[in-house]
Amino acid sequence: MSRLSVSLPGLNMKNPILPASGCFGFGKEYAKWYDLSLLGGITIKAATLEGRFGNPTPRVAETESGMLNAIGLQNPGVKGIIENELPALEPYNIPILANIAGSTEEEYIEVTKQISASPLVSAVELNISCPNVKEGGIQFGTHYKSAADLTRKVKSVSEKPVYVKLSPNVSNITEMAEAVEEAGADGLSMINTLVGMKLDWRTGNPILANKTGGLSGPAIKPVAIRMIYEVSQKVSLPIIGMGGVSSAEDVMEMMSAGASAVAVGTANFVNPYVCPEIIEKLPKLLDEIGVEQISEMTGRSLRQWKTPLSSR
Amino acid sequence: MKKHLLSITSNTEIARNIFEMKLTGPGTATMTVPGQFLHVSVGKHTSKLLRRPLSICDVDLEKEEVTLLYRAQGDGTKQLSQKQTGEIVDVLGPLGNGFSLESIDESKTALLVGGGIGVPPLYYLGKKLREKGMKVTFILGYQSLEDSFYIEQFQEIGETIVTTVDGSLGIKGFVTDAMNQLTSEEPVIYSVGPAVMLKAVEQKAPGLNGFISLEERMGCGIGACFACVCPTETRQSGYVKICSDGPVFKMGEVVL
Repeated sequence: MSRLSVSLPGLNMKNPILPASGCFGFGKEYAKWYDLSLLGGITIKAATLEGRFGNPTPRVAETESGMLNAIGLQNPGVKGIIENELPALEPYNIPILANIAGSTEEEYIEVTKQISASPLVSAVELNISCPNVKEGGIQFGTHYKSAADLTRKVKSVSEKPVYVKLSPNVSNITEMAEAVEEAGADGLSMINTLVGMKLDWRTGNPILANKTGGLSGPAIKPVAIRMIYEVSQKVSLPIIGMGGVSSAEDVMEMMSAGASAVAVGTANFVNPYVCPEIIEKLPKLLDEIGVEQISEMTGRSLRQWKTPLSSR
Repeated sequence: MKKHLLSITSNTEIARNIFEMKLTGPGTATMTVPGQFLHVSVGKHTSKLLRRPLSICDVDLEKEEVTLLYRAQGDGTKQLSQKQTGEIVDVLGPLGNGFSLESIDESKTALLVGGGIGVPPLYYLGKKLREKGMKVTFILGYQSLEDSFYIEQFQEIGETIVTTVDGSLGIKGFVTDAMNQLTSEEPVIYSVGPAVMLKAVEQKAPGLNGFISLEERMGCGIGACFACVCPTETRQSGYVKICSDGPVFKMGEVVL
């Protein structure tokens, strides 16, 4: 076992780093820049039952230390993904986390059935937190009961472990995490983007055609750290942490907060090599603080905090 | 595709808010196709994370030098305009599919039509088409005299017609007003500018014999984030990605 390896339900990863859904397409664009087998895993762009074109442009707007996006779940549909996108990832032999989305319960269930049956898919990530579509997505992710109901139904048809991707746009994310744990989730992904808006002050018009979008990037990292820290104390599910991670130091911080693996999103747009660069640097940081296995980092801040000074 | 660290050899304002940045480094050797772009990082220690897609205006392979022209409009490009000679700029590229120089018909005239900050890539393209033996005519549209740039450089390559919206230089009006006055046999049109201009140019191009290059806000610049899509009726998917399928398309290929 290498010192960077981590093991989560369905995801045996040689390192804790995977690109976040929607920030890496279906992998082939980044395969032109580096060998994807370096990654711990890969999260593919959300699948819906039918192909979707997504929202009108502009779909991105830069903000201070972050960006807003409103892509709108553009994808070729689950069948197209299974037939045309997944096979291209097979040679890299890394776990694939398939993000699934929908407008109705029935759509989520059908997409889960189809994509979880693919031998190339290691686990599914239930996207109940996309802020950029009119129906579905976040409406399931902001009510405890609908989130739990959907988790239960998806779990009952999924052939692979189910990670529920939580929205930060709720008053109490811990209660949401407890609800989906109770409903049978195998793990959590957190956090999705924060709903935001940017206006052109000259005209008063929103920059994004969708008016609002999801805020990502370093600006949201403190929010993600806080939420992972709180949730990890209340649930026993492994957490794939994400939100503004752009360096190996950020990965160490997020794992300390309670994450078992870490997804990198917006940073891929800034530097296409960011994931392999982070992976390369992690052993040096472990050496610096005298930690042998990176899995020991998970929840480290909590353990330290709970240990009385006198017992050290 | 690669990331390059290039060194600034000059960065000067050549018209109102328009800057000419020259960069040098071995990475320039791959920048041989006009119409491609560089995805330029504004700087490391800045709250502006995203790169700026700037089209290649000229490349001097012997001097290992690439020229970018950009408008300092937002905070990011304003920061870029403050950079000094000798500073290092992190660029990805060359990215995208540029103007094809294969299978061109040297017997035809090339009409290169650009508006505003869409003008720069036409310079490298014009030089390349001339090298191939094509007769090249430019129509360059600006807001006003103060916003105009590179006119003498274009004149060295071919006939150059200038339009300004306020009439302070050349023909008063838009690039399409200048197209009305041309009487030459059907040219091959190459056009870069805002979508509204490209649409008007396409309407003036019987037979849609030519190519356009699109502008859009981009995220990754390499086809992964789906920020810069444009609808099309010519592909089964119903869309193209401007950064990686384009930015250059055949006229009529995308819905403007």
